[in-house]
Amino acid sequence: MSILRTMIDGEQGLFKPKTLTPMQKLTLKFVVVGLVYFAFAVIEGMIMRIFEVHPIPFIKSNQFFAIMTAHPLVGIFGSSYSIVFGAFLFLVPFLMKKPLWSFKLATWTFWLLAVGTIVFWGAGFVSHYAPLYTLYWPLPADFSQFSALGGAVFILGIALVMLGSVFFVINVFKTITYTPKGWDKQPGGALLASALGWTGLKNLFRKKKEEHLVPLPVAAVARGTVDVAFNSGVILFTGVLILVYMVGSLLGFDLRRTAIDALLYKNWFWWGLDLVADGLVLIFVAGTWYLLATMISGKALFMQNIARAALLVELVVSWTVWSHHLLSDQAQPAVLKVVSGEMVTAFELITQGLAFFITLATLWSARPLKMSNELKFLLGGLLGFALGVPAGIIQADVGLNRILHNTQWVVGPHVHVAVLVGLTMTLYAAIYLLFPILTNGAKLYSQKLANIHFWAHLTGGIGMGAFMGMAGLKGMLRRTIYFNGEFNIYMILAALCGGLIVVGFLCFFFNIVMSVGLKGVLGLFAKSTLDKDRLLPAQE
Amino acid sequence: MVDSTLVLFGQTLAYTFYAIAMILVVGWVAWRLTKPGKGGGVKPAVFFTFVAFLTVLGVSLHLITLKTIPWVEPDLHRASVQVDRVFEIRVADHEFRLPEARLVVKVGEKVRFVVTSDDLTYGFGVFRPDHTMVFQMQVVPGHTNDVIWQFTKPGLYTIRSTEYSGPKGIHMVVPDAIEVLEAK
Repeated sequence: MSILRTMIDGEQGLFKPKTLTPMQKLTLKFVVVGLVYFAFAVIEGMIMRIFEVHPIPFIKSNQFFAIMTAHPLVGIFGSSYSIVFGAFLFLVPFLMKKPLWSFKLATWTFWLLAVGTIVFWGAGFVSHYAPLYTLYWPLPADFSQFSALGGAVFILGIALVMLGSVFFVINVFKTITYTPKGWDKQPGGALLASALGWTGLKNLFRKKKEEHLVPLPVAAVARGTVDVAFNSGVILFTGVLILVYMVGSLLGFDLRRTAIDALLYKNWFWWGLDLVADGLVLIFVAGTWYLLATMISGKALFMQNIARAALLVELVVSWTVWSHHLLSDQAQPAVLKVVSGEMVTAFELITQGLAFFITLATLWSARPLKMSNELKFLLGGLLGFALGVPAGIIQADVGLNRILHNTQWVVGPHVHVAVLVGLTMTLYAAIYLLFPILTNGAKLYSQKLANIHFWAHLTGGIGMGAFMGMAGLKGMLRRTIYFNGEFNIYMILAALCGGLIVVGFLCFFFNIVMSVGLKGVLGLFAKSTLDKDRLLPAQE
Repeated sequence: MVDSTLVLFGQTLAYTFYAIAMILVVGWVAWRLTKPGKGGGVKPAVFFTFVAFLTVLGVSLHLITLKTIPWVEPDLHRASVQVDRVFEIRVADHEFRLPEARLVVKVGEKVRFVVTSDDLTYGFGVFRPDHTMVFQMQVVPGHTNDVIWQFTKPGLYTIRSTEYSGPKGIHMVVPDAIEVLEAK
């Protein structure tokens, strides 16, 4: 088969979109949109990497900061949320062995995420609205620097994403607890108790242990989803608050910005925002590791009860760690800095360390294993968190934060290594694992390209984080521009590593397109005639 | 005297050693996973030892820094610390307004910097001529933001905002704003 033919029909013409169920199509659409937005984030990242080496003449500083504002939001909401929500809306019913509660609501989630992301991205691109994702009060309402109209559209886009997230939350919990038509009545309360860890907690004090009604990965999804709910609420509320000031400005009223206490607002917003970074991401990732480890090894999870307990601890920890973002805020009470900022945050080392160990021990029990794509990417993801989490714990220290806060250390070895290597490689592992299941047996076009993807992404991600970290230790700040090449050596090396990530992504994207073919990609958006309650087509 | 350069050097060494060790461990596990095992899994004792190790590590990091980094204890009890000198600095419209054109201090003096913002959230950072950071804090409007510092080396130091305050904030740099003299 010629390359052109393969590009049109896919590898050996094996991928046939007509055979897909609506659920398979929807999940794949989530993945396609997630990967397109990942491409956005990669391009934006590379523009910033080049700009950090030498300011690009046709990009002004306000546009640079608009890119910096959009970059993490597109990466997390547009890309990661799409891929994760799509995968979990398939996996929760798959593991619970019953249909998704509402296919329609899942479709709404898909469109709200896709449209909401392009709306806030477009608003930032056109109006250069750039308060960054931190939105420190009163910057988002500083209309001497930003357009109120551009900001209002930006906030609207974020609100659409949050609404899609709320629909996801409802769908996950309803799917766990509801009784499908024609089934015996399901014990909704007991299922919810098992999903949230209440059953496991009671079992610790009982002689006769109650059975877990919900598989462990579903419990992880449920607990991470609690954080999605809280976080969506906080972001929506904050968005409305900012919107009030924007609408006021558009109507000609200059509302008093001191009406809102900047420190209280910072605590409130970081509490909600941290439910993403230190909550749902860590919990979802741990659940995905457990699922991948058991599917790859075919073995039961090592120390399953402790893994369940650790997920519950992680949920509680995620509600109480936000203060590590305020260690340099001198008006923040010292007790919050020490207890929430340092001590509770250190628990993340333990909970994430447990997940790391349990996953490796499960794989270890099934030796010898074939070094498949999903296994190597899973190991890459484990390594990413093993490097990124301790880098964060280091800066969550009163003493070290004084000389690390807002440096490139924070965003390099901690954020980018954890997100780009840890989270993204875990998601790639899930994509490689689910690819044949979701495509009814389509074949990967090239293993060589998959290998290049792995090594380029791993070395590029770790290398970029390392060089950013070195610059941070030398005093380089994040969220600013250096005009005189003060840290050029590190920034050039980081940009080269960023280039490797681009190469890896292009290999992956090309490989997937060649595997399913352009006709296959377009076919995903044609309506399926199969039963939407079925996850997979009926076996003939 | 321990200063931020020494602390960062120690951190660089410790984290580099850790990162290399972790890459080697995961690489070794990846290699061994493809080789036949002896049938047994990981013993629970190994797991619980690992948990204990993580617990000790997580708690001891903060205890070590509390006892070895000189600015931690005074920072947590700033209100009761007697200082030798106080500088009150205002920030507004993306500009630092210093009480004097150049703030002069002596090595070893306890200096309190009190920085207040009239509008946005800013940062207050002090940097050496080679761009390395001496220390920083956030400057939140409507609140008192103060930090106590003892300089360990004479020389000229630059003040720079360490927090993003919109595109206008990138020029918030005051070169050679602080002069530290030898203690006599």
